Amino acid sequence: MRISTFWYCVKQGVRNICRNIWFSLASIATITACIFLFCMFFSIMVNIQHVVRLAETTVGITVFFDEDLNVGQIQAIGSEIARRPEVDRMEFTSEDDAWEIMKEGYFEGAEDLAEGFEEDNPLAGSSSYQIFLNDISKQSQFVAYLNGLNGVRKVNYSNSAAAGLTSFNTVIGLLSVVIIGVLLAVSVFLISNTINVTAAFRKNENQIMRYIGATNGMIRAPFVVEGMIIGLLGAVIPLCVMFFLYHQAVGYLQDRFQILSGIFQFLPLETIFPYMAAAAMLLGLGIGFFASFFTIRKHLRV
Amino acid sequence: MIEISNVTKEYVEGNKALRNVSITIEDGEFVFIMGRNGSGKTTIFKLLMKEEELTSGRIVVNDMNLGKMPRSYVPKYRRRLGVVFQDFRLLKDLTVYENVAFAQRVVGASNRRIRESVPAMLQMVGLSSKYKMYPHQLSGGEQQRVAIARALINRPEVLLADEPTGNLDSHNAMEIMKLLEEINGMGTTVIVVTHSHEIVEKMHKRVIYMERGCVVGDETAFDPAEEEEDMTEGGEFYED
Repeated sequence: MRISTFWYCVKQGVRNICRNIWFSLASIATITACIFLFCMFFSIMVNIQHVVRLAETTVGITVFFDEDLNVGQIQAIGSEIARRPEVDRMEFTSEDDAWEIMKEGYFEGAEDLAEGFEEDNPLAGSSSYQIFLNDISKQSQFVAYLNGLNGVRKVNYSNSAAAGLTSFNTVIGLLSVVIIGVLLAVSVFLISNTINVTAAFRKNENQIMRYIGATNGMIRAPFVVEGMIIGLLGAVIPLCVMFFLYHQAVGYLQDRFQILSGIFQFLPLETIFPYMAAAAMLLGLGIGFFASFFTIRKHLRV
Repeated sequence: MIEISNVTKEYVEGNKALRNVSITIEDGEFVFIMGRNGSGKTTIFKLLMKEEELTSGRIVVNDMNLGKMPRSYVPKYRRRLGVVFQDFRLLKDLTVYENVAFAQRVVGASNRRIRESVPAMLQMVGLSSKYKMYPHQLSGGEQQRVAIARALINRPEVLLADEPTGNLDSHNAMEIMKLLEEINGMGTTVIVVTHSHEIVEKMHKRVIYMERGCVVGDETAFDPAEEEEDMTEGGEFYED
């Protein structure tokens, strides 16, 4: 396509929008609402995932082994565990290291009390591995695997925090999919209606184009441009709103619910905005493109 | 060359708009297709435009068999035809210049080509001075000239005109016919669908008469000056 033809199609697309401005505005408003909700859920989900990830890096699974196993046998089991795909990293703590850690914690300032255990490690047979997973949702499955291993005496893990966050994330995800799905359907319907009205306005023009020898692509292009501009505007508006609203919302939540600041660490807007903007733009352009592309098909019959 | 061989067109089963029609039109010819409403002349126009599919028979336009032409090739084929309608079909919100340029723009012509060819075409149809005007500011005859300019701007091999003078008074109608004759003189095949006896009689061109979907007459073109000369010569012969 020539550059002049491309600009001609863009110009015609803009003209189409101006021709039935109210329909176009209604479509833009619906897509704006849809994409605004998308951005909101996107921010919430990304922040929850961030917290879950933090939990994953701080909450580990501790595995203790049968007391009659020597260090070599324990490390052999350790290498077998390390081969599992869900394992992110592992740290080995020997019985001596465990005692040193305990001494520092319990006998701080009264080291002489610990000297009584000098020759007799009370934590003998407590060598362990601390295991961190790359996906905390697989924790229970992994714990079951560990319990099934020969030589494993005990597995310590914390289930409640991770499970709570994961299920909250799933609920938010499902809710957002449903709401965004409904809004997407409404947006597609409204764009489709707008394109139908424009096509009726341009019936004469399209007919002349066909007689002159314009290809279907050339007849379709202004309508697709129209749909994509509507979609793009419907994405840019909520992105601008989100840009200003995110800081305010995070500030408000941290002030109002100070207890959250200990648990939640909100991601800075700069980190999530590029991804959110790209996803919103693609969504807006995609809705506009597909709704107009398929609506105009029936007007192309020669 | 346009060859219409044994063409039948049935819109509804049993209701034939064309019955076994055969017409041959040579390159550069000027032909009228004449007939009353429902005679099938507009159906021929639509078949030639590949707007309708024929039921049986064969239509070949400049070596292209329309019956076998894939839909994807139709736009390319139509660029080789120019088309003019009774109701002009101009775009009301475009100026004369833009209406003519529109035909080039939609086939992807460059801006430079449009800037060069549109003024020349407007000069040919006698509308150079009115290029900035909108269709509603022009007379019927002038509007039809714009439509002709638009039909010719892509240099078609064949110009199809469906009742081009139907909305015009007799003076403007003859002006348009003269313009079509000029265009024909430049080598373009011109096919005019009409029901106006007055125009057909004045133009002395080949006339194909149609009635109830059949060709009922085919009168060849004649030059009245030559005929007069023949008669004079004949008179001299008799006098001798």
